[in-house]
Formats: sequence, C-alpha cells, structure tokens
Amino acid sequence: MSAGTPRSLASSGQKSIQDICHPLSAEESALSRSPDVLNPSGAGEKDLSLPNGTPVDTSSPASSSSLLNRLQLDDDLDGETRDLFVTVDDPKKHVSTMETYITYRVCTKTTRTEFDLPEYSVRRRYQDFDWLRNKLEESQPTHLIPPLPEKFVMKGVVDRFSEEFVETRRKALDKFLKRVADHPVLSFNEHFNAFLSAKDLNKRQGLALLTKMGESVKYVTGGYKLRGRPIEFAAMGDYLDVFTQKLGTIDRIAQRIIKEQSEFLMELREYGPVYSSWSSFEEELHDPLEGVAGCVSNCSSALDELTEDMSEDFLPVLREYVLYIESMKNVLKKRDQVQAEYETKLEAVVFREDKKTPVPTDVEKCQDRVECFNADLKADWDRWQNNKRQDFRQLLTGMADKNIQYYEKCLAAWESLIPLLQDKQEARGETN
Amino acid sequence: MADSGSEDIAVIGNTDLTPSESENNLKNTMVEKGTSLLKRMEISVAEAEKRTGKNAVNMQETYTVYLIETRPVDAASEGTNPVPDSLWRRYSEFELLRNYLLVTYPFVVVPPLPEKRAEFVWHKLSADNMDPDFVERRRVGLENFLLRVASHPVLSSDKIFYSFLTEENGWKETVFETGFQAKADSRLKALNATFRVKNPDKRFAEMKHYGDELQSVISQLLRVRAVGENKRAADRLYGVYKVHGNYGRVFSEWSAIEKEMGDGLQSAGHHMDAYAASVDDILEEEEHYADQLKEYLFYADALRAVCRKHELTQYELEMAAQDLTSKKQQREELATGTVRTFSLKGMTSKLFGQETPEQREAKLKMLETQIEEGEELVKERNEECDEFVKSAWVDIERFKEQKDHDLREALISYAIMQISMCKKGIQVWNNAKECFSKM
Repeated sequence: MSAGTPRSLASSGQKSIQDICHPLSAEESALSRSPDVLNPSGAGEKDLSLPNGTPVDTSSPASSSSLLNRLQLDDDLDGETRDLFVTVDDPKKHVSTMETYITYRVCTKTTRTEFDLPEYSVRRRYQDFDWLRNKLEESQPTHLIPPLPEKFVMKGVVDRFSEEFVETRRKALDKFLKRVADHPVLSFNEHFNAFLSAKDLNKRQGLALLTKMGESVKYVTGGYKLRGRPIEFAAMGDYLDVFTQKLGTIDRIAQRIIKEQSEFLMELREYGPVYSSWSSFEEELHDPLEGVAGCVSNCSSALDELTEDMSEDFLPVLREYVLYIESMKNVLKKRDQVQAEYETKLEAVVFREDKKTPVPTDVEKCQDRVECFNADLKADWDRWQNNKRQDFRQLLTGMADKNIQYYEKCLAAWESLIPLLQDKQEARGETN
Repeated sequence: MADSGSEDIAVIGNTDLTPSESENNLKNTMVEKGTSLLKRMEISVAEAEKRTGKNAVNMQETYTVYLIETRPVDAASEGTNPVPDSLWRRYSEFELLRNYLLVTYPFVVVPPLPEKRAEFVWHKLSADNMDPDFVERRRVGLENFLLRVASHPVLSSDKIFYSFLTEENGWKETVFETGFQAKADSRLKALNATFRVKNPDKRFAEMKHYGDELQSVISQLLRVRAVGENKRAADRLYGVYKVHGNYGRVFSEWSAIEKEMGDGLQSAGHHMDAYAASVDDILEEEEHYADQLKEYLFYADALRAVCRKHELTQYELEMAAQDLTSKKQQREELATGTVRTFSLKGMTSKLFGQETPEQREAKLKMLETQIEEGEELVKERNEECDEFVKSAWVDIERFKEQKDHDLREALISYAIMQISMCKKGIQVWNNAKECFSKM
C-alpha cells in the first residue's frame, strides 16, 4: 500500500528514456544519445541504460552502487559477447471506442542472423507479452519460463493507469524480456523473434489461438502414474515449496511494515503543525519550535518516500518470484508426466501382453524426451539459482539502502537543528 | 556542543556553580545559591516502597511511600559521606505540602507535582498506580518537585517545607495548625471575580491567555503520542521496529535451504533482531521528553492560578472602591436632601414619609463611620493589590526565564536523542547491507 496518491498517466505524446548507443553499432540512431554509462549524473532523466539494455535507476544516491551490481550480473555469460539487447520503455495510453489500454515500446538491438535487421522498435501491450509467454511455455516445455507481472488487477482497487502501477509493470515486463533474451535456448525461439520484430502481432495472435489449442494437447500426457521423482528433482520440488513459503512470509512482513510505517507517518504529520502553532505564541522559543516543526516535516517526507519505494520496488519483485516458482513447479510436474509416460510404455514393452503395446521406437522417443527434459531442466535450474541469488542480493541490498537513506535524511534534518536550538544560549553566554 | 543531553529529568543543572554564575540570578533561575535551601542541603527522593495499612475509615489499603533523603552539602564535599537523614512520605503528603504553598504564597508560580493518575501514557506502561514503571517515574517527578521548591527564592525558606523534609512525625498536624485551609479562596469566589473584574492588569490577562495556549498545545503533543488506550504514534513506532524482528526469523529459516546465500541471510537476520530490540530504549527516551513537557503542562495551571488570584485581589479592590463610592453618594444625598441615585431607603422614605431630623443625623453618623472604614479598606486592598502585582510579576518573570531555559534544553536533548536513533539505524542497516552483499 503506497502512502502517496497515484498520478494518472498522460495520454500519448509522453517522452521518456533514450537508449544509449549500442556498443556494437557504428553510428548512433537518430533518436538516441549516448551519455556516459558510469556517470549517472550525466543523464538528467530517469532510465539510463546499461550495455545490455537494463535500465538504471538514477533517482537515488545508491544508484551508482546498484549500477555496479547490475554490471556484475553479467558474469554468467562470462566470455560470451552479448548479441541481443532488449528494453521495454515509453509507456503510452491508447484510447479507443472499445477500450483503453497501455502499450510499451520494445527496442531490440542484435547482431544475430536469425533477425533480418540489427534494430527493431515495436509497440506491445500486456496481452502480447502474455501471448509470448504462453507460446514459450508450449514450445519450450522443458524450460523454465520467466514470469510475467500479475495479469488481473481489481478495478477500483488499483488504478491501472496510474504512473506508479504502469512503471512497476514496465520494470517487470522489461525484466521478463531480458531474462528470455539471456537464455541460450529461449532467446532463439521463433515466437520470441516474432514478438520483437513483427510490426503487427495481431494476425499471428489469431493463428496462435488456433495452434494454441492444438499444441497444448501434445504435452498433456494424462493419466500416467509416476513411480517416484528422482532425488534431484524431488529436492528441487522441496526447495521450491519451502522457498515459496518463505517468500510469502517475507511479503507479509514487508506489507505489515509498510502499513505500520504509513500509520506512524499519519501521526507524525500531526506533530509539525502543533509545534508551529506553539511557536506562534512564544518569543524566545519561537525559532527553536519553528525549527522542530520543520524538522518533523522533513522526517515525514523521508518516511513517505521510504514507504513508497518499498511498495513500488520491493513487493513486486517478491511477487514475481512467487509466480516464477509456480510456473517452475508446473514444469517439474510436466517432467514427471513425461517420465511417467516413458516408464509406463517401457513396462508395457517389457511385459508384452497384447498387440496394442507400442513399438520400441515409440519407447525410444519417450526416453529421449525424458532425457532432454531432465538435461534442460537441470541446466535451467542452475541458471535460475544463480539469477535468484543475484536478484535477491540486489533486492535486499536495495531495501537496506532505502532505509539507510531514510535515516540519513532524518539525521541531516536533526543535526541542522542543533545549532539553531543552541543559538541564543551561546549569544547570551558571550554577553556575560 | 551537544553534550548537554546527559542532563537528568530534574533539569536543575549541576550544583557546582561558580560564584560569578550564581551572581547572575536571571541566568540560573533554578539554582540560586545565594538564597536557596539547595545551597545548604542535598535533597533526593531515593526509593519507593509498598506499604499496607488501615486508612481513615479503617479499611485495608495498599499505598506507596517515597524515601526522602537529605544531607548537608558541606558534609558531602568534605568527602566523609555520612549517612543521610531520611524519612518516608506518601503522595498525599506531597499534595498537602503543595496546597499549603499555593495558599500561603499565592503570588508564586508553584512547581507542580507529577500527575496523580497516568493519563498520557503509552500502552506499555499501565495506568496502574502500582505499576513499577509508573512508580519509578513518579519518584523522579517528586524529586524534581522538591528540588524546584528548594531552589525557589521565596519557597525555599518556608518552615513547613523544611519540616516536610526533616520531621517525619507530626508534620501533618503542624501544617493544619497554620490554618492555611481557612485562607484558601473558594472556587466560586474566584470564578465570580474572573467574570466581574473590570480593570485587571493587562500583563496578567496576557499571561493567563498564554497559560491557556501553552496547556492546549502541550496537551495536543502528548495526545498525538499516546493517550490512555488509544494507540498512536508511540505504538506505531513500536510496531515498525518490532515487525522487523520477524525478518530475523524468516531469514534464519530461509538460510537453512540455501547453500551460498545461507550465511549472509543468517547474519543479516541477527541485525534485524538487533534493530527490533532497539526500539525499547528509543521509547524510554521519548517518555522522558514527554515527562518534561508534562511538567510544563501542569506549570501552566500554576501560572493561571496566579493570574486568577490577581483578578480576585483586583476585584475585591474594585468592590471596596465601588462600595465606598456608593456610601459617599448616599451621604451626599442625605446631607443635601437630593436623591440622585435610586436606593431602597429613599423609596421607602418617600412611601412612608420623611425621616425625622434625629433619624437623619444618626444615619449620617453611621455613614461617616462606614465611609471611614471604607476608605481604610480601599487603602488596604489597594496596597494588597499593588503588593501582589509586584511580587507576582517578579515570580512570573522568573518563571518565564526558567521555562524558556528548560524547554530549550528539552528540545535540545530531544534532538540529540533523535540523532542518536538515526545513527543507530544507519549502523544497523549498513551491517545488514554488508551481509546481504555477501549473499
């Protein structure tokens, strides 16, 4: 719950970030500037971008350290040169007779031959991201697909067009595409390619709807009983169960803290005016009391900012991971199904009883499927663990930073008050 | 710079003043070495104890007594450190003492006692008079009261006050023997005066208004913090800190399923626990600040009492003057036979016939006497009024200085406390951050 009032997004015509120059491109594109990446103060606007397209939050003093954090994120592609950079930015509101919705600009820079052009800039709405994710899940069922931010929001409870909501969503969508782009298999997916490059997704969506039905049948291998999950996958499942629980707890704690802070803020805000009105009928104490009023007011603002930041930056990431884990558990289940199918069919072959039993080649196919699935899953699991570690290191460090900033602001306010409070005393001391 | 924050709630300042400082009475309004009892005697309320006994209506009751210790200043400075004299007193005896002082020195802004019942108390401290925290804070408040009285230029030389500190038995009887209760002004009388006084001294009217405003503003501040059952700022702050302690537990549980991240999480969790625990000290110091404000909340009352007394003396003067004027007029009418003002006597004499010359003569004589007495009375009251205005204004000025000094000190120590709280917060979160970065 954010303590501030959400602001409405302005309709079309909003300018936001400028991409920095792609390190591999010879000339700058017409629309972009190239501020110095390691000098956040050089860019007056929000959303500076790193070489891999990750936007940088320059709104806080801690941004340079988070900048370095993000640069360190690239260590899982050590030695590899990145050749695909994706960003999501520039949200715009579209109003039509049927509906109102937001689109985001998706920019791609790449040297891959799978793409016809080195650069793309398309506009996509949430629906399109959802489509992409579904296609990826279907076409790459053995892989862990990153999550999207929540689809449904209760109308009336959350303002879908407020700046805060849109920004939170944009960040999540950006993260989603980056995770896909960084994945050695998913990034080569044809649907991903289409998503990034096609001018108009609509036609494909229509086709997709039909194919969606057909393809989904493929992996619904119903009714096969699994003997037992292999230890390593069972361990994954257990880990995910506990981890989800802990994330849920952390989410609740964070929400509770935000609530208590907001209520404390409400009370804190009452002090200032009282000190002010007190100062109005004092003589000697006028300045000190007025000073205290100002101080309390500064602390209130600082607390407001802290609460808002936690709401906007901390909670959404936690929730994203919960969604991520949900989809991972589903992949584990699918894997179980594939293995079950294989085992059942294998058994039937071994105990050949009737003519309906499948031909060995079918069993071999199943075996291949199982082995592929296991291999992909294991590789993705390791990648996921690594990313998870970095993400949470960043998230929690960010939380610590925000709290530090809050206290530093308050400290500055109170310290500057001391000389004001002691002022008269020293003056009187001198006249003695 | 900001090291004055180590002062106690007594806010009396240290007693080791240099002679030059003590000369400047205005500056050290609280401790006046030249005239006050505090020069000769160290006073403290050292302990509190529970007692049970039979009360006036022969019923069992439990009450708290406070140990007052006194020791001559010289003895302590010689380093021999003898055992102090001591006696036990109940809160009701303190009240009796204060009431005596109020009546006997109506021109003094008499220091207040700590609150009788815990009104503006944060929920952790119960409103129960037997609660140890409440008793402790009351002990401090009572000590503060004694020190304030002992350092007052007028009050400190009072004999009843001295015997309060030194004579355990028979003190109550001594107080009652002064007959101070008879001298007390009735509430009705005082209220009447407030409404009807015509020309009170402007300065006193302003002071009374100031007292009203001060009381209102401090009440508001205390109410925002906490009042009775209502959990407000204090409780919210408590909640914010304590909930962070839950992070400690969940990080610990989470670290159990992690390999590389485990250590960082675990140690960060410990810092979150430390953070949660730090709120108790913070709230205690805020309670201290609240106590300092409370003292002046009650002081505002004492200030207004002085102003009301002025209104009363002024009113009584006006009444006497008015009475004299009307008597003089009556005399004139009687002497000249003209009726200028309406009087019942005049009407009845009109109705029932004129008086005889003898009767008129007698009346005139009576009036003359009354006028003489009236003039004496007016003179007396005028002097009283002037006296009162003079001495009350001196004490009000003294009070103003004291108030400005004390409240400024309170604000400074409050700011220092906030600074310390911020620094601790920064430290804890930096420690946590370090742990997180090692995850």
